Amino acid sequence: MNKPDSKKYVISRGIDDFLMDINKAYKFIMLFFKDVFKRPFHLREIIHQSYEIGIRSLGLITLTGFIIGIVFTKQSRPALEDFGATSWLPSLIGIAVIRALGPLVTALISAGKIGSGIGAELGSMRVTEQIDAMEVSAINPFKYLVVTRVMATTIAIPILSFYCSFVGLLGSYFNVHAHESIGLISYYQHAFSSISFLDISGSAVKAVVYGFTIGIVGAYKGFNATQGTRGVGKAANEAVVLSIFLIFIEELAIVQVINFIRYF
Amino acid sequence: MEKYSRHIINKNETVISISKLYKSFDNLEVLKGISFDLYKGENIAVLGKSGSGKSVLIKIISGLLSPDKGKVIVLGQDVANLNRKNLDNLRLRIGFSFQNSALYDSMNVYENLAFPLTMNVKNLSKNKIDNAVEEVLDSVGLLEKINQMPSDLSGGQRKRIGIARTLILNPEIMLYDEPTSGLDPITSAGIIKLINKVQQKYNTSSLIITHDLTCAKRSGNRIALLNDGIFLKVGEFDEVFNNNNEQIKGFFNYNFL
Ligand SMILES: Nc1ncnc2c1ncn2[C@@H]1O[C@H](COP(=O)(O)OP(=O)(O)OP(=O)(O)O)[C@@H](O)[C@H]1O
Ligand SMILES: [Mg+2]
Repeated sequence: MNKPDSKKYVISRGIDDFLMDINKAYKFIMLFFKDVFKRPFHLREIIHQSYEIGIRSLGLITLTGFIIGIVFTKQSRPALEDFGATSWLPSLIGIAVIRALGPLVTALISAGKIGSGIGAELGSMRVTEQIDAMEVSAINPFKYLVVTRVMATTIAIPILSFYCSFVGLLGSYFNVHAHESIGLISYYQHAFSSISFLDISGSAVKAVVYGFTIGIVGAYKGFNATQGTRGVGKAANEAVVLSIFLIFIEELAIVQVINFIRYF
Repeated sequence: MEKYSRHIINKNETVISISKLYKSFDNLEVLKGISFDLYKGENIAVLGKSGSGKSVLIKIISGLLSPDKGKVIVLGQDVANLNRKNLDNLRLRIGFSFQNSALYDSMNVYENLAFPLTMNVKNLSKNKIDNAVEEVLDSVGLLEKINQMPSDLSGGQRKRIGIARTLILNPEIMLYDEPTSGLDPITSAGIIKLINKVQQKYNTSSLIITHDLTCAKRSGNRIALLNDGIFLKVGEFDEVFNNNNEQIKGFFNYNFL
């Protein structure tokens, strides 16, 4: 296997390593889809992890969503005032928050908080041989650690994302309410007036994709950590950087697809 | 010693049989043709200096690493060529005590011990699990730590809990990776006692990886010297220690004295 001539590279060291990495990541993802439908499902662990993820990011997402709602409304108001169109504010904010900001902000926060957490946790389990310990006790660590966590992020992040949109609209409401007298209920009705089923389902799809991305990237980096404690920090850090990068690419791609469907 | 009088070693039954085992990493040749048999009920202590490949050897035996060349037969099965299911079934019969204990640090002691059991045995009642956990904890003398987190335990206590965690599945073979490293002599003596007690009480065969001469002498029925990728000598302690071979003498002088 590891003979000296393995040092010869097909193209160049950098490109070879990159392609090997892609191949390894691809196999990791395929293994996930193979294992996710196989018993045991570790449902308790999935629920436990989802709960942990929800609890851990709830405060931060509440705060961020709320502030973004306020700030976005404040910033949009002057532009609409010029046209005497401040009554459009709720539906404008509704579109911005539900279509774009809610899922994206939630994903970015979760990449930082949840993705790095999974990378660090699995990374430290790898370097302290806890993953090997599972392996030798005939427990499949990929199923028990990776599949459950990826399932948890894929479930929890869409929920958090809708929650974030809801709180964002609430923040916006406080600003609107300070200027115009409008009740909370009728504010939400206005906000949702130009939201279609496509918007809601599009956001749901986005959030599911982001959730999966954050989980699988964090797990991949952690599960394959090397080099002792340094590797743990590296895994956490790379998990965040890579998942944020992927989230932006996915955002772009999904928006294209949704717009294609919308104007078809 | 007590264990020789009471314990029966059956030389007609090998539980681990290794022949011409090779393993290298990139350009580093670690194991260069290891061969030995471990008999039923026997403890072999493997002595070797740091980096000589002791951990690699037992990782190959438990299927965590695959050999480059050679045969590794454990309990009659060829470890390198088992599918996942059969490998898991074999692993349930082998206990692996890690060099750094490898306790699950998100779980307390009770959960650490119950985990392998609940994951592998279906529909166990809470009562049965509790009993099993208490029994092995009692065996390693740490019943009072049942609700502590691993981070609150000392190194020696962690080793004991690590051993208890493997005992809970009633293994036929125990693999100990440096059970006494980093411990004071008194704690070490306690662990050595525990290893011998496990051999007696659970009727296991063991491979004890160590670079501690005392540990090797007290816990091994035979000892093996791992040097430069091969077993320089396998035999009873006195036989190996009093050998006139220059290389073996050098091994003891150079490494340990
Ligand atoms: N997964 C691996 N990848 C690359 N090299 C490895 C790997 N595992 C072990 N090695 C190398 O193999 C050699 C033997 O390692 P091993 O851990 O078996 O030593 P050891 O005898 O257990 O030493 P110690 O007494 O310090 O634990 C070392 O040089 C180590 O760097
Ligand atoms: Mg070692």
